[in-house]
Amino acid sequence: MKIIKTYLDYAATTPVDPRVLKAMLPYFTEKFGNSVSLHTFGQEAKKALEKTRSIMAKALNAKDKNEIIFTSSATESNNLAIKGIAFANKNKGKHIIISSIEHSCVLNSAEWLEKQGFKVTKIKVDKYGLIDPKEIEKAIKKDTILVSIIHANNEIGTIEPIEEIGKICEKKKVYFHTDAVQSFAKIPIDVQKMKIDLLTASSHKLYGPKGAALLYIKKGTKIEPLIHGGGHEFGLRASTVNIPAIVGFGKAVEICEKEMKKESKRQIKLRDKLINGVLKKIPDSYLNGHPKKRLPNNTNFRFDYIEGEAIIMDLNSYGIAGSTGSACSSEKLEPSHVLLACGLRPEQVHGSVRLTIGRWTKKEDIDYLLKTLPKTIEKLRKLSPYVQ
Amino acid sequence: MYNKKVLQHFKSPHNFGKIKNPDGIGKVGNIICGDVMWIYIKIGNNKKEEEIIKDIKFETYGCVAALASSSMVTDLAKGKTIKQALKINQEEVLKSLNGLHPIKMHCSILAVDALLEAIYNYLIKNKRIISEELKKHHERIEREEKIIEEKYKEWTQIEEKIHDSKE
Repeated sequence: MKIIKTYLDYAATTPVDPRVLKAMLPYFTEKFGNSVSLHTFGQEAKKALEKTRSIMAKALNAKDKNEIIFTSSATESNNLAIKGIAFANKNKGKHIIISSIEHSCVLNSAEWLEKQGFKVTKIKVDKYGLIDPKEIEKAIKKDTILVSIIHANNEIGTIEPIEEIGKICEKKKVYFHTDAVQSFAKIPIDVQKMKIDLLTASSHKLYGPKGAALLYIKKGTKIEPLIHGGGHEFGLRASTVNIPAIVGFGKAVEICEKEMKKESKRQIKLRDKLINGVLKKIPDSYLNGHPKKRLPNNTNFRFDYIEGEAIIMDLNSYGIAGSTGSACSSEKLEPSHVLLACGLRPEQVHGSVRLTIGRWTKKEDIDYLLKTLPKTIEKLRKLSPYVQ
Repeated sequence: MYNKKVLQHFKSPHNFGKIKNPDGIGKVGNIICGDVMWIYIKIGNNKKEEEIIKDIKFETYGCVAALASSSMVTDLAKGKTIKQALKINQEEVLKSLNGLHPIKMHCSILAVDALLEAIYNYLIKNKRIISEELKKHHERIEREEKIIEEKYKEWTQIEEKIHDSKE
């Protein structure tokens, strides 16, 4: 069989769009200045930085471009949001609310704060990974300082009701942070309408380069920096600013915003073709996550009687790239906390596979996957003691 | 993550499937942890009238390393006398696979466990003398299974249901 390279792991990372790369290139060479220098070189870099800040503010509908600060990664942005709010507001209270399906950088930041004397409540989700905003309202106490809820989950693609959650937090006067890494510039976000105080987004998930991310911080929010130094990014994130990556991030967001409507429609069509095809063609297969409230590019399945790493590696031998929530593929040998939180049993989590599509996924890729995956599943089931 | 040899055994595993009316079965691992290996053996005699593993097959639920280790351990044991087969250890499986990532080492232990359990099962069924070493080995596996069962009590009951409905 001819091997076609089929990348279906766009939720992990994306290739840089050639238009983005073109926009970045001058900032490595002739426009190399340090954005804090006073001379022409520095000011040229500064101008590019501020232009990108405006692009981001517009995409989020932020009031002021200075509510955007740039960081090196979504992990850094989430760390800054959670620890920064905790440190700056500990006199008000030491209680933080997150969900049980946050990305590990939110989860581990919160758990680290627990060791520093903070209290953390983890809101449970239903079988689709949905959060009930009422549960958050119930969990907010007098000493609650922050609610951090993921906008769209990275594993199962479930889109959370963040506007409702935002309104609750506004009413209760608690800071609301959302990790929008998978959703930003892919589905509409409006920080004012959704009552968001802090928002994390990342470049490499939307066809920009790795090494750039942002944190939206609403004006007036009390937050402590984690990195101290030369006062960059309004004193909230010292470090020489990574201008080429940030310029690329900006260009990538511009493209995504311009193409969002058309692209999400196209992706939803492909996604549903993939979902329906898999469920129809493969017995004992199930969809993880919400059937409707779902990112346009996310699919996540589980297959009984077999293990996900083996599925991924067999697909890989046919040139198809995907990922799994199985313990066997994780460094800690623990099954995905997201799928467990949805109520799946560990063995169901081991048999789960995430396939995420993107800008360059074509109908032919889905056809190829739908031709290959049933064979992979059948082959591995033949080896399994649980199948007759 | 995986070398060529491991991937070869994963893509085209040797000796997989069931043996009808096996002389011994070894069942190890736990689906909750993500690895389950069943090894079936059929015993025969060689020209010197020594008992040998005439046929061996495996069924494995697990990752690439688990499947490759199962394939390799059955390759190593096939045709060997029981005495020789009992000497197969983790190091030999690892060496034959040209190594596994440290995080996957347990898969090779599990494969050896499944083989030794199958032999133990045959010897016990036929009321043979069992060496101290093999007895200790069997007791360790039983102990470990109990620990896991205790840890995942709630899950294990569900697992048994899956077994029952499939058998």
